[in-house]
Amino acid sequence: MSEDVLTIKNLQTAFDTDSGRLTAVDGVSFTVPAGKTVGIVGESGCGKSVTAMSIVQLLPQPAGVITGGEVIFKGKNLIGADDETLYSIRGNEIGVIFQEPMTSLNPVHRIGKQLSESLILHKGLSKKDAWKESIELLDMVGIPSPEIRASEYPHQLSGGMRQRVVIAIALACKPDLIIADEPTTALDVTVQAQILDLLNKLQKENGSSVILITHDLGVIAETCDEVVVMYAGRVVEQAPVINIFKNPQHAYTKGLLASMTKLDTPRKSILQTIPNMVAGIADFVCGCRFCQRMKREGETLKVRPEFKEVATDHWVEACPECTDHA
Amino acid sequence: MNLLEVNDLKMHFPIHGGITARKIGAVKAVDGISLSIRKGETLGIVGESGCGKSTLGKAIVRLTNPTAGSIHINGKDITHMSQGQLRPLRKQFQMMFQDPAESLNPRMSVGEIITEPMLIQKIGNRISRRERAIELLERVGMPASAVDKFSFEFSGGQRQRIGVARAIALQPELLVLDEPVSALDVSVQSQVLNLLMELQDEMGIAYMFIAHDLAVVKHISDNVAVMYLGKLVEMADADIIYKNPKHAYTKALISAIPIPDPTVEKERVILEGDVPSPINPPKGSAFGHRINHPNYAETEDLDMPLVEINPGHWVAADPCCLSEEDYAKARALV
Repeated sequence: MSEDVLTIKNLQTAFDTDSGRLTAVDGVSFTVPAGKTVGIVGESGCGKSVTAMSIVQLLPQPAGVITGGEVIFKGKNLIGADDETLYSIRGNEIGVIFQEPMTSLNPVHRIGKQLSESLILHKGLSKKDAWKESIELLDMVGIPSPEIRASEYPHQLSGGMRQRVVIAIALACKPDLIIADEPTTALDVTVQAQILDLLNKLQKENGSSVILITHDLGVIAETCDEVVVMYAGRVVEQAPVINIFKNPQHAYTKGLLASMTKLDTPRKSILQTIPNMVAGIADFVCGCRFCQRMKREGETLKVRPEFKEVATDHWVEACPECTDHA
Repeated sequence: MNLLEVNDLKMHFPIHGGITARKIGAVKAVDGISLSIRKGETLGIVGESGCGKSTLGKAIVRLTNPTAGSIHINGKDITHMSQGQLRPLRKQFQMMFQDPAESLNPRMSVGEIITEPMLIQKIGNRISRRERAIELLERVGMPASAVDKFSFEFSGGQRQRIGVARAIALQPELLVLDEPVSALDVSVQSQVLNLLMELQDEMGIAYMFIAHDLAVVKHISDNVAVMYLGKLVEMADADIIYKNPKHAYTKALISAIPIPDPTVEKERVILEGDVPSPINPPKGSAFGHRINHPNYAETEDLDMPLVEINPGHWVAADPCCLSEEDYAKARALV
């Protein structure tokens, strides 16, 4: 089980804009072990989704460019791979669950047709067999009366049902890696619980690995084995889930955990916050970007802190101001 | 006297069909809700999407015309007032919306946005209004220079602060907040929540806080009301409702909240399916129907009003959703 499905090394992704090339993901490295769930957490705009979309190279074109690093999936580097290779991997060996189920489904095609698409393409099934298999998939993700639902259109389903369809599409070819980009953010807590439960069950059955992107630390705690905390385009901390919650090392991780409203925080007490805001992408400093937010001055803003292992499998961006590790 | 008193409020939207577009049914978005809010207090409203929370909020500030029932603010019946009659009273109650990107006009400067309510209410002159706008901006933690900028120049959290500044510009007594922090990141969310709590302390504003995040609602509210399919199913003090929920739906909602602690293994009630359609709601216990409760059939002709089972703790007398003991107690009170 120790084999890694995916290894990302020093990934750099940039966007070409009117004000020049801006680096959104700045040297991100992590690995996804087989059969495990890795959570990526961070505030909006920290580069979570861009990292994930760089893996499958579904960046907005022509603005998004991968400017460096490696994405090694089952021993193959996907950066620089030709379109043919990518086509055969996307939707087949790597399934993607997008955030907004309304916009990731095609409104003018029947559910069954959208499910059949990858089955016909990757598994070479006939239309008829693919349709049958689609019905089985809908049944697997817990959609009642799947035969009828397969011939309906996305708008006829509720938000939770649509997200189940998106999951069914991602899982159609039993991928080795599932990338779930905020799969439950648009849903109610009750439906979120259903969807997370379903993802968990299907992951166990298929033995897939999952990259789960979310900003909800509660979801992370309940589903992930490993956690990657991102801030301003970089990984500031990476550790097994227990360490992140019980022994966080970086000031940003601590701040995130503290600012969460929990059911047991005393009512109407003043909530802890992280002061100020993330700097604009164009203003990022080369050194510690959390120091930049805290309006500190001096050396830490100039030199990029070393990313080092402070305990077994526990990595942190060792800024002397933000951690105890210098 | 309560600041806000809502009695058996109904908000139905007609469905038209056929060649003559006659009325063929109604969406019962809010179906018989009674509640009250005291001065300076917060009532939290929780429920899944489509349960009618936002419709309730809009009906209370009279953005819509309620179908039945009554709304009293400071003892004054505003249920059937015309918009003209309402205008001078609108100073007392304001509403703030979920998405700051959509509720702030991109063609108006921040100053114009904040002073618009004062302009409508004919308060002050141009110069005094601008001064007040700057004062309000500083109060919500924004630089005075923001007054001449546009809302899209700011981040989500800052825009929501502008929304707060506009909502408090007239020093309302009641503020209906419809999912005010749902679109924000956790760290910014707590900044805005702290601001709302401070303003309440300073100005004594009462809040009706509509949200689907139960931890947030619990934090800011004095009382919490749980809504399901257009009706209230439970209402109590915030701490009590979370520690000792009586209704099966409240229990399910609470158990669905992910706990940010990987060492906690918890028993979760996973609800099947979605909220049923308010067009054709089940005849009897709506939640009993969703969970396929064996007693559902007997609720079809049963009246299940909200009763005060313990002092300050109200729950619907529903045989499908209460323990036997609680139900017996509740039924005796009907």
